[in-house]
Amino acid sequence: MKKALTLSVMLTVSMGSILAGCSSPKENNAAASSAPQATATAKTDAAKPVTIKFMHLWPAGSSATQNKIVNDIINEYQKDHPNVKVEQEVLENEQYKNKMKILSTSNDLPDIGMTWAAGYMDPYVKGNLFASLDDVLGSPELKDKFVKGTTEAFAFSGKTYALPVELNITPVYYNKEIFAKNNLQVPKTYEEFKNVVKTLSAAGVALIALGNKDRWTGSLWYMYLADRIGGKETLKKAIDRTGTFEDPSLIEAAKDIQDLVGMNAFNKGFNGLSNDEGKAEFMNEKAAMYMMGTWELPNYTTNKDVPQEFKDKIGFFKFPTVEGGKGDINSWVGGPGVGMFVSENSKVKDAAKDFVKFFVTKWGEHSVTEAGVIPATKVDTSKIQLPQMYIDLLNELSQASNITLFADVQMKPAAAETHLNMIQALYGKAVTPEEFAKKHEEALAKEAGK
Amino acid sequence: MDKVMSNRKIIALYVLPSLIMIMALIYIPIVLTGYYGMMQWDGVGAMTFIGMENYVQLFKDSFFWQSAGHSFLLALFSTLSLAIYLLVALVLSGQIKGANLFRKIYLIPMLLSSVAIAQLWLKIFHPTNGVLNSTLEALGVEHTPEWLSDPSIVLYAIFIPILWQYAGFYILIYYAALKNIPSSLIEAARIDGANPWQIALRIKLPLVTEVVKVTIVLAVVGSLKYFDLIYVMTGGGPNRSSEVMASYMYQKAFKGYDFGYASAISFFLLIICLVATWLIRKATASKEEIQYS
Repeated sequence: MKKALTLSVMLTVSMGSILAGCSSPKENNAAASSAPQATATAKTDAAKPVTIKFMHLWPAGSSATQNKIVNDIINEYQKDHPNVKVEQEVLENEQYKNKMKILSTSNDLPDIGMTWAAGYMDPYVKGNLFASLDDVLGSPELKDKFVKGTTEAFAFSGKTYALPVELNITPVYYNKEIFAKNNLQVPKTYEEFKNVVKTLSAAGVALIALGNKDRWTGSLWYMYLADRIGGKETLKKAIDRTGTFEDPSLIEAAKDIQDLVGMNAFNKGFNGLSNDEGKAEFMNEKAAMYMMGTWELPNYTTNKDVPQEFKDKIGFFKFPTVEGGKGDINSWVGGPGVGMFVSENSKVKDAAKDFVKFFVTKWGEHSVTEAGVIPATKVDTSKIQLPQMYIDLLNELSQASNITLFADVQMKPAAAETHLNMIQALYGKAVTPEEFAKKHEEALAKEAGK
Repeated sequence: MDKVMSNRKIIALYVLPSLIMIMALIYIPIVLTGYYGMMQWDGVGAMTFIGMENYVQLFKDSFFWQSAGHSFLLALFSTLSLAIYLLVALVLSGQIKGANLFRKIYLIPMLLSSVAIAQLWLKIFHPTNGVLNSTLEALGVEHTPEWLSDPSIVLYAIFIPILWQYAGFYILIYYAALKNIPSSLIEAARIDGANPWQIALRIKLPLVTEVVKVTIVLAVVGSLKYFDLIYVMTGGGPNRSSEVMASYMYQKAFKGYDFGYASAISFFLLIICLVATWLIRKATASKEEIQYS
């Protein structure tokens, strides 16, 4: 009997402490939300502790530099705001996307998170889960700070729901040594490009590194051909339903992809290899070319794990123009990468917005000097020592005539899924270019009708 | 103690926690899934009730039936491979040298997680550096297959690691069942002059039929709902050529944002599994139970 009593007392005590532990953060949140001007008072009012939950996708393992920058920025912010605590939750890309969906079904998004632009965020904006960030965007610190065209991808009917941190364009990286050995020049036209393909193919070199299990990788090549043949508007219009996917130039681009596959332009088994496995062909110097976004830049410039000898061999070129096509060589496939959103249901919305403002500004500075990736905010690079390839690409960016947002990001989820499957089928010659166009047309029409 | 166990209230008290858990974690979600299947829902915004539309759509969805076909094919292969596992177990249960070592060899895949197995076989199947193609090249094959990107073979290529993964599990079950047969029966047969084949076919096999029936149900249901290795290795691709029902459901929910439709698929999958179990039990029902004491 005595034992039972002690046990129940212990249970009561421990239950009590558990409950107390659970309730304390909630009290904090309540305190923060009851102060309407948390932003303004954040600095002075140290009495009100605020915890901001921040979910992002730069794990210390695979995105070491980005992870370090995030931590530096958070530390800096917390030093300025001793009452604010930023709690991080870090997930890898695919897991991140899944967790976002799970959390949103239970209306439990973190205070701050990352989102992709346009079609990806469409359901979240429609579901009223993201807070409008127009006030942050219009603040004196951020006004005119963003590179033109970056925030628009995150805007829906005039309101901006996330602020981008990166800007990417997609060049074709190539191995200068392999090109020199085969007496090849950087191709300026598609004819020249096909000659490169033929020459290298005859020499028995694997040409283009591609991991098409991820599917968006193959979409990049298709998008460029569509752009060069049909001009910058055709694909965009087909997706936003002012045009059609059965436009002759889009079918032509699909034909060209199958021609390239027929010429063995891509590494063997590409449809079953992930992007990382495909990339390995290029990094091991087995393949001569690799098309990828500028987020790959650190591997050819600053990444300490890649030998300098290899970095010196790598150059880049712009996707060549197609004879008779409407596109010009300064039109790029790319767009802003991820952007930061603030949850509409956040209890510490004002503090979260303040942190986003701080983060975006700081990220611009850090990402140039430390990570070697291109930020979405304008940065004065004149005083910093930067790798040559980075400067060249920044210059290309400033001369860009157009940036076409990645097709799977432009489309809404269901249509994007059809697009990606169709890309794999196209490369695997499981569909004809006409069927390819027709399936897109059906999926986009269905999505638009919803 | 006996008194306590015969008290109905106490029994109920002991059973209650797990009953609540099972209800909350299994049966209620099943009912909810069926209910969500009647919704048009992107997983974020509001749900719209659309009645049986998703289920009707499901019957017209050629992609679903294609993936269902793949699942049934996997079920067929798994069931057929049970014969091999049984054979291996029969051999192992006899007095052969090194039976212990073999048992361990067959069991090891069971200890690995699916993702680890997937990674291992991705390396083996690699089109240029993989062990498989390197060996084939060394043997003089000029055009080595692209195992995971050729739509005509990807499904069969991916069955190999799946069957390999479960070999140890079934061999262990059979082995245990065979070892459970009283040695007196076998000894008696031996004294009567039966050779090892006769012992295996006439005595051991009939005595493990009940276990075989259970494993058939396990193999079929397991195959129908199979997901993880396929998801990691091909993601159902290229172009749906290795898609199974569960991966199609995943794709609909998490890539296509169609949670209502995905719920309909998973509810239908449950029904298919129940029907399959019932059919197998019907087909293999025997009137007389073999008993040994």
